[in-house]
Amino acid sequence: MSKFAKKKDGDIPAVSTASLPDIVFMLLFFFMTVTVMKDSDIMVENTLPNATEIKKLEKKDRVIYLYVGKPTTEYQKQYGTESKIQLNDKFANVNEVGDYILAERAKKPQELQNVLTTALKVDKEANMGIISDIKQELRKVNALKVNYTTYEGDAFNNLK
Amino acid sequence: MSKRTGMPTVNAGSMADIAFLLLIFFLVTTVIEVDEGLDRMLPRINKDTAIMDRLKKNVLSIFLDSQGKLLVDDVLIEPDVLQQTAINFIDNGGALTSDKDFCGYCLGKRSSKSSDNPKKAVISITSNRETSYGAYISIQNEVIAAYNYLRNRESMRLFNMSLKDMESLYQKPNISFLVKLELREKINKIQLLYPLNIVDAEVITEKNN
Repeated sequence: MSKFAKKKDGDIPAVSTASLPDIVFMLLFFFMTVTVMKDSDIMVENTLPNATEIKKLEKKDRVIYLYVGKPTTEYQKQYGTESKIQLNDKFANVNEVGDYILAERAKKPQELQNVLTTALKVDKEANMGIISDIKQELRKVNALKVNYTTYEGDAFNNLK
Repeated sequence: MSKRTGMPTVNAGSMADIAFLLLIFFLVTTVIEVDEGLDRMLPRINKDTAIMDRLKKNVLSIFLDSQGKLLVDDVLIEPDVLQQTAINFIDNGGALTSDKDFCGYCLGKRSSKSSDNPKKAVISITSNRETSYGAYISIQNEVIAAYNYLRNRESMRLFNMSLKDMESLYQKPNISFLVKLELREKINKIQLLYPLNIVDAEVITEKNN
């Protein structure tokens, strides 16, 4: 009894929470490193279609992105509801795609200029006309490697 | 009272709270980017008439209209049988045994009305300007799936290893150069057995009058 009382009298060591900040910091650093701060806002609706036979784009520095889709509601007043191409942070016409690709290509290091991929992030509601025009433009500037960016999922969902 | 000796430590209890706050901020702002999709090569601009020279039986023409209806060789089919149709077509191996184009590894029906061998077989995908991109991707996906199925089958038969495993092994950084070279050779061999002959024909503009 006296032993018990003594223990109660002296401080019971609490569970040490000293390592909690370390754990949280570890998580914090993980999220800090995986976070990609977008340099351009997406101004088009961008629900990508689903596909199963997908391949990962391995090296991000070798990719040029193109966004296509309907302008989001805040831009619809100005640009209408027809599918548009977004290059960097502005809407563009089909004939500007080639110049954009060339400009982006020139920004990359010399040794990567021949292995670039163009990632087409296209809304699944977009129609093929605009895609086909873009493909023609890409062929004109010899940017032949394309990746239709998709989510993983059943491809038949796109048809519904 | 005698226990209160030494310097009182700074209370670090709130450090966790601060770190949590930062953590939650980054959790909320994080967008893990989707960076996967269907890889395709566009044809060079001066080679686009090559398909015209091919025999009709070596071409499987897929047409996708603006309602998402699918015509394969002018017959209306359901999208879920497309993959099997494509496999049958590619793997047909119709060339005769005496022919130099004879396909020894094909397991198809060897019908004389379908493709001679996988190297000659071409799948052409045509669509309307009004066709939705989603539907087009589904079709692309099914055709690529057909090729992947056949490539996998051959890779299992020849090397007892699926193509996907070989590719993921190839991507690993810690394998030796020799292994890598061997893998590259094997992958190339499979790709040559079933080359990805998909042609995106020009989009047809619907005539209104």
